Amino acid sequence: MEDMLFYDRMQFAFTITFHYLFPQLTMGLSLIIVYFKWKFLRTQLQSYNDAAKFWMRIFALNFAMGVVTGIPMEFQFGTNWAKFSELTGGIIGQTLAMEGMFSFFLESSFLGLFLFGEKLLGHKLHFLTGFLVFLGSWASGFLIIATHSWMQHPVGYEILSNGKFVLNNFGALFSNPWLLPSYLHNQLASMVTASFVIAAVGAFYILNKKHHSFGKLFVKTGVLFGLISSVLVAFPTGDWAAKNVVEYQPVTFAAMEGLFETQHGGAEIVLIGQPNVMEKKLDNKLAVPNILSFLTYKKWDATVKGLNEFNPEVYPTNIPGLYYAYHIMVGLGTLFIGIMAMAGVQLWRKKLYSSKWILWSLLFLLPFPYIANTTGWYTAELGRQPWLVYNLLRTSDGISPTVSSGNTLFTLLGFIGLYLLLGMLFLILVGKIINKGPLTSNT
Amino acid sequence: MELFWYIVLMSMLAIYVVLDGYDFGAGIIHLFFAKKEKDKKAITNAIGPFWDANEVWLIASGGILFFAFPTLYASSFSGFYLPLIMILWLLIFRAIGLELRGQIHNKLWEAVWDKAFGIASFLLALFFGIALGNVVRGVNLGMVENGVSAHEAHYFFLPLWNPTFSPTAEHLGIIDWFTILLGLLGAVTLTIHGANWIIFKTNSELNNKLKTVIFRLNIVLVSLVITSLVLWHIIAPKPFHNFMERPWLWVFPLLTLVGLFGLFGVRTYKKDGMGFVCSALFILGGFATTAASIFPKVLPSTNTVNPSLTIYNVAADEYGLSVGVYWFIVALILLIAYIFIQYRVFKGKMDDIGYGEH
Ligand code: HDD
Ligand code: HEM
Ligand code: HEM
Repeated sequence: MEDMLFYDRMQFAFTITFHYLFPQLTMGLSLIIVYFKWKFLRTQLQSYNDAAKFWMRIFALNFAMGVVTGIPMEFQFGTNWAKFSELTGGIIGQTLAMEGMFSFFLESSFLGLFLFGEKLLGHKLHFLTGFLVFLGSWASGFLIIATHSWMQHPVGYEILSNGKFVLNNFGALFSNPWLLPSYLHNQLASMVTASFVIAAVGAFYILNKKHHSFGKLFVKTGVLFGLISSVLVAFPTGDWAAKNVVEYQPVTFAAMEGLFETQHGGAEIVLIGQPNVMEKKLDNKLAVPNILSFLTYKKWDATVKGLNEFNPEVYPTNIPGLYYAYHIMVGLGTLFIGIMAMAGVQLWRKKLYSSKWILWSLLFLLPFPYIANTTGWYTAELGRQPWLVYNLLRTSDGISPTVSSGNTLFTLLGFIGLYLLLGMLFLILVGKIINKGPLTSNT
Repeated sequence: MELFWYIVLMSMLAIYVVLDGYDFGAGIIHLFFAKKEKDKKAITNAIGPFWDANEVWLIASGGILFFAFPTLYASSFSGFYLPLIMILWLLIFRAIGLELRGQIHNKLWEAVWDKAFGIASFLLALFFGIALGNVVRGVNLGMVENGVSAHEAHYFFLPLWNPTFSPTAEHLGIIDWFTILLGLLGAVTLTIHGANWIIFKTNSELNNKLKTVIFRLNIVLVSLVITSLVLWHIIAPKPFHNFMERPWLWVFPLLTLVGLFGLFGVRTYKKDGMGFVCSALFILGGFATTAASIFPKVLPSTNTVNPSLTIYNVAADEYGLSVGVYWFIVALILLIAYIFIQYRVFKGKMDDIGYGEH
């Protein structure tokens, strides 16, 4: 039983983490491609169209990876979490089915046209298909996050005597207070990823003295989008997300912050420290007084509840993991604002393209938005443990009763092998596209 | 309400099989018949822009199943755990085979992904037939042993096979001689279907040869259909019971027959699309016939302790199902609009459109 649960969780965590590496770029990049295409329509400068075309090739590959890793996600609720599906399917099935019907059909219908139909359609219609692909991917994000928000903060439901959750208010699924902050935060985070990717490729070209003019365009676009989204991802949206956690999952918040004791008269914010769950304290702590109270309640001396106020039964299962995930996300978020702000200043002073150290930092930071996104999701998911549906259904009560741990371990290993192969191929091919660079056309 | 969603789900699945079916079939043709680089290109171009959209029908059907019949989704997906996960792996292999092949121009690289694409297509076609066989045959719901359920009445788990490979044994497996027969039926059907699509969508030199292939395979198909109909009586008592009760259901077997016999004419049709229409009719009719024959069951029970799963005992509650109708209708209208647009843009043969060069 124990290891059944363990392998089911590992498999879900592994496959979703891998899946989400791709949609986060899809969603952000589709917007930026639409932006390039729009600039081209307005200015008629060919370089914008060439830039759009170049990124579309990477987009296509990334999208295909998102699709193939997404299909297992849709199936895994049934294969590995059968009890959970049976009990809550009437509710989360709504949003998941809507995702298929509304967004995947939209995306896939226009993706083909968008990727290969430029000549066939003309530029205006081509722009429109790009816009529809963007719309589809953002709608997909919305509906999946609506699903996820219901698990974090269930609304509009009733529980029958046989334990089934049934929906009694459809609208509530979308007016869920958890949904909007989470969605905005997540979409901005995917903009951060896309911006850093574009900026890094641009920096690579400039440093490498190849495709110089495209390098400049990419760095500039990446920095503009990156600056805006890095700021917005922290304030106000990250702040909103945190307020939801404080309000609806206070014990999770205490664990995220590594707060073991309630702090009266102003809580400090921890910058560094290792949670020591046995002794209920942080080792090697470095903290700034009163900031946490201010951030959470807009009052310097507000009381913030610590873990000691709660029954250990409802503690998040993995307190150190949760604490690190949260601190890595927030730490990286701060770093992103810093670097983008400096790049922005240099851009304004027209010195960006010759500031070697900024270009090197942009290049080096490429993987970090992915890390921030992943740790952000780990914050949300580890924070929800031990619940599948917060406060209502335990994770251990949601797994498939008849699938043995041997079988889940087998499929987990299979997924790991297959995804490692996929990941390698993806990197090789993207590397090839980037190395070849944008093609300039003179039509 | 249950009936409405049942019809929606079955229609979507049937559309899925017709659509993704032709690209599986094209994969099989690719594996066995395409020798020249030009033929391979023609085949992959004929499905390149479509496979992703086709697969969305599977995902959307999965979503509708989850939403409307959560207990069936939970029970069958966990019970058929291993084959389902393997289907997922095959779908991944097939898709990357198709997408990655053209990325690097190297003989070895292309050969590897050609094989991945072809073999995965073939196995998928086989697996889908086997899946149908499992549903018709039924499973040991609740995993009853000596009259006692080991699990809740709607859960079960099937290994890939049992040593006897018999569909009537006490301990069933996914693969037995009945399901493997349906697997072959599936593979042959989709091969024909894929060949028809290639003829319909391309001007490839292969087309004439494919017409002969279809004709020959169709003879195999007829004999497989007859054999499986006979054997069906051993597996399921009174398979035609529903048809006797509601005679209008005979429409479905009739469609199947029209498609089947129509296929013999591929070599004479003036229009290249006709063959495709025939194989699509055969698939739709066959699918509907099977579903109608076990209706209202969706997963029969092979033991007497636990009742079969029917659309009524696996459905979500009334309120959820009724609000779903509203958004579903909106989504359907949009979907029809997309299909209309795609059809407008992509009508005709692929080589004439000059689409797919990238
Ligand atoms: C580039 C990525 C990125 C960056 C820089 C940040 N976040 Fe974040 N965060 C995410 C990417 C992310 C995410 C992966 O997208 C999550 C997971 C769930 C969600 O909706 O967004 C998330 C979740 C998430 C949650 C948990 C919500 C839940 O439990 O559902 C909180 C409290 C915050 N974020 C707060 C912040 C704050 C205060 C930041 C200040 C710098 C911050 N995030 C930066
Ligand atoms: C928005 C859609 C999502 C839904 C509906 C969802 C749902 C689930 C479910 C059902 C589980 C299994 C039960 C459990 O162990 O809690 C789970 C676990 C997990 N998910 Fe999510 N998830 C979503 C998004 C994500 C993303 C994008 C990531 C990571 C990048 C992620 C990371 C994880 C991790 C790490 C676990 C394992 C946590 C643990 O078992 O302790 N999730 N999620
Ligand atoms: C457990 C949760 C999840 C499930 C069941 C799931 C399911 C899927 C499926 C089936 C696809 C392929 C669609 C196609 O064929 O076009 C897909 C792609 C996609 N998913 Fe997920 N997904 C999950 C998590 C997420 C999360 C957390 C996000 C973002 C917030 C997301 C955003 C997308 C997007 C934008 C696409 C299309 C673009 C791409 O493929 O890169 N998904 N997902």
